Amino acid sequence: MEIKGKDKRDIAAELFKKYAIVLVLILLIMILSLLSPQFLKIGNIKNILRQISVVTIMSFGVNFVIITAGIDLGLGSYVALASVVSAIIAKAGHPVVFALLAALGIGLLIGMINGAIISGCRIPPFIVTLGMTQITRGAALLITNGKPVSLLGDGYTFFGKGNFLGIPMPVVIMLLVFVISSIKLNNMKFGKYTKAIGGNETAAKISGINTGLYKFYAYAFAGLCCGIAAIVLTGRIDSGQPGLAIGYELDAIAAAVVGGTGLNGGIGTMWGAFVGSLIIGSLNTGLNLLNVSSYWQQVCKGMIIIIAIILDERKNRVKA
Amino acid sequence: MNAEIKNIRQGEDDYLLKVEDVTMKFPGVLALDKVSLYVKAGTVHALMGENGAGKSTLMKILFGINKPNEGEIIFKGRKLEINGIHDALTNGISMIQQELSPIKEMTVAENIFLGREKMKGILVKAKEIEKDTEKLLKELNIEGIRPDQKMKELSTARMQLVEIAKAVSYNADLLIMDEPTSAITEREVEHLFEIIKDLKKRGIAIIYITHKMDEVFCIADEVTVLRDGKFIDTKPISKITKNALIELMVGREIGNIYVKTESKPGDVMISVRNFSKKGQFNNINFDVRSGEIFGLAGLVGAGRSEAMMSVFGANRPDTGEVFIKGKKIRVRSPKDAIKSGMAMLTEDRKAAGLFPMLDVKDNIVIANLEAFVKLFLIQHKEIEKCCKCEIDKLSIKTPSIFQEVQFLSGGNQQKVLVSRWLQTSPDVLIMDEPTRGIDVGAKAEIHRLMSDFAASGKAVIMISSELPEIIGMSDRVLVMHEGEQMAILNRDELSQERILAYAAGEKV
Repeated sequence: MEIKGKDKRDIAAELFKKYAIVLVLILLIMILSLLSPQFLKIGNIKNILRQISVVTIMSFGVNFVIITAGIDLGLGSYVALASVVSAIIAKAGHPVVFALLAALGIGLLIGMINGAIISGCRIPPFIVTLGMTQITRGAALLITNGKPVSLLGDGYTFFGKGNFLGIPMPVVIMLLVFVISSIKLNNMKFGKYTKAIGGNETAAKISGINTGLYKFYAYAFAGLCCGIAAIVLTGRIDSGQPGLAIGYELDAIAAAVVGGTGLNGGIGTMWGAFVGSLIIGSLNTGLNLLNVSSYWQQVCKGMIIIIAIILDERKNRVKA
Repeated sequence: MNAEIKNIRQGEDDYLLKVEDVTMKFPGVLALDKVSLYVKAGTVHALMGENGAGKSTLMKILFGINKPNEGEIIFKGRKLEINGIHDALTNGISMIQQELSPIKEMTVAENIFLGREKMKGILVKAKEIEKDTEKLLKELNIEGIRPDQKMKELSTARMQLVEIAKAVSYNADLLIMDEPTSAITEREVEHLFEIIKDLKKRGIAIIYITHKMDEVFCIADEVTVLRDGKFIDTKPISKITKNALIELMVGREIGNIYVKTESKPGDVMISVRNFSKKGQFNNINFDVRSGEIFGLAGLVGAGRSEAMMSVFGANRPDTGEVFIKGKKIRVRSPKDAIKSGMAMLTEDRKAAGLFPMLDVKDNIVIANLEAFVKLFLIQHKEIEKCCKCEIDKLSIKTPSIFQEVQFLSGGNQQKVLVSRWLQTSPDVLIMDEPTRGIDVGAKAEIHRLMSDFAASGKAVIMISSELPEIIGMSDRVLVMHEGEQMAILNRDELSQERILAYAAGEKV
């Protein structure tokens, strides 16, 4: 077969496939801003970014897990547990730093437990994390006796309500997590190895990759991101509650998948997850501005996710 | 030449299959360029060419997997548009693919009759299907396989026999076999040829794709050669020689097929002692010196791959010790093995070698990624430089190092894997069936790489089921039979008969 340099049409086709979701986002923004002149106002944009921050932080973390061909269904509950522990420490008068470290620590710990069980015992991640959802949610309810822990002080709420150089703190933190996750995925061994494990675990082992260890890292990092998300969420509502973030894991996974991370593993980008989250977030905000009921919004969100997965499968199908 | 043959043949009407001026384009690649093929009923028509020549692409068109951009297919006298595999099967075209994809958790019977199960209302008549399978296997004289066995229990060789049975059971008029003997032994090849002769008598046409010259001259009536997506020539087997055929395929003169540089064995690089694992291999002992190519021969299922995977740390043995350059090493995982200077090219590149959605450069550097990491960050530019150099050195045909490796041909994929392992600067390179499913040109290149590597003062352990390869390349050969070490033969003791005898369990 002749291998010639790709002609312009092929290059265009490949670029299109790679950046299709950006086009979708742009298209969506254009449509929404036509339908509602409020849409492109700075205040609204800040709003969207702030609203998606918690879920987006979680999706950066779970992105690694999905790339290894795993899944984590418990993210929302981890956020809840991290939130209540953190809030209790803050409320008890301890320095904010300890409260923040507690949130990160809880998230990380849960992630490490997940990683250890999944790597060590070879139980499907679906089941392990499903169990963890119940355990962590239950723990959060036990610790708080079902009641919220509120009024945590300005030191804490800064991270949810404050601003840094004019940018809302949640957005700052989201961008920070984005940068760090991107570097981990694209510029560190961790990223390459997770892609290898998701692409062909057997080949990864033969190539000398410690697959158990890197899967462990992936789940641990997802947990850590939940801890970070918990700080932002708790700071914003000035309250640690056991009932927080219910269903957020599905949104986080949806953002990653819409952004091109295949559920079968081996493929995915951080900017894709970001764009995926922006698409869902823009749609939600846009529909709000148009006074569409939130029930319809849920239906819409579900449709987008399904369409995204269908398109993703056709694009990424491994040659038969 | 193309036009001449077309003119002669367009006049004749007794061609079962006429492929005319078929063109197939993929992004960046012209896979087939106005290719024609004429096949008569009741004949075996061999299709040969280097990897990437377009053979598999053409067959995928016939089997409905791809649609050509241009060209016509005339089958049984009628113009045919084949839309999908089901269409191909209903029209009387059946195919055994090169890469086996059986459904491992289902039984032999279920696999064979998948999609056309006999039903009683809404229930599947499982018992009848098993009976039909047994009849089919008996008709084809296939022994040792029960219809109710799960596919995952079968060896690769037996899986291939099941695939053959399945393809035959469609009672097709045209049967395409893509490398049907890549995973089976000499005895089973003979068996297959008997099946083929029987099918010929029934008037069935067979398109036989292979790289194995001996087989072509044994079983084929005509041979067509493709090169770089173009039709080169069609000749009756009686009117062409092996060398002439090779020259048609590669377009240049070929000297000796096996590139074997004589080397002086030096110090012992690797010693394997008392390697045993119940049910797989027993008491394997051997040394390999620097400069040596050590062959591991035996029938499929002899335990060679299992034994070497064990040495490489991917299959924990019951007992066994490995010494590299005289020092005992603990190998608990492939990572340990790599650190100690071993590298392993696995048997099945699709299952255990390649990362299909990652690109060429990632596939090349993955086993040695740490060498490109400074201060926790991957040095992308260095990787790119290194990989560009590698694809030149090994003549890997790819549009770029950013091409997803699943789009490369088999031979080039194998070269990517060789490149990966050479990156780790090993002292001992273990290669399991290094030239399986690869064309003559790429094969010679891999053999040259093997020779050069050994000659540079390293050791090569080569598992191969191809006797000419074993005899042509090895300095010494260990023959295994059902897990037992039968003999270690020196180069001057090597002969097909002797190796086969040991491989079959006879003590010579």
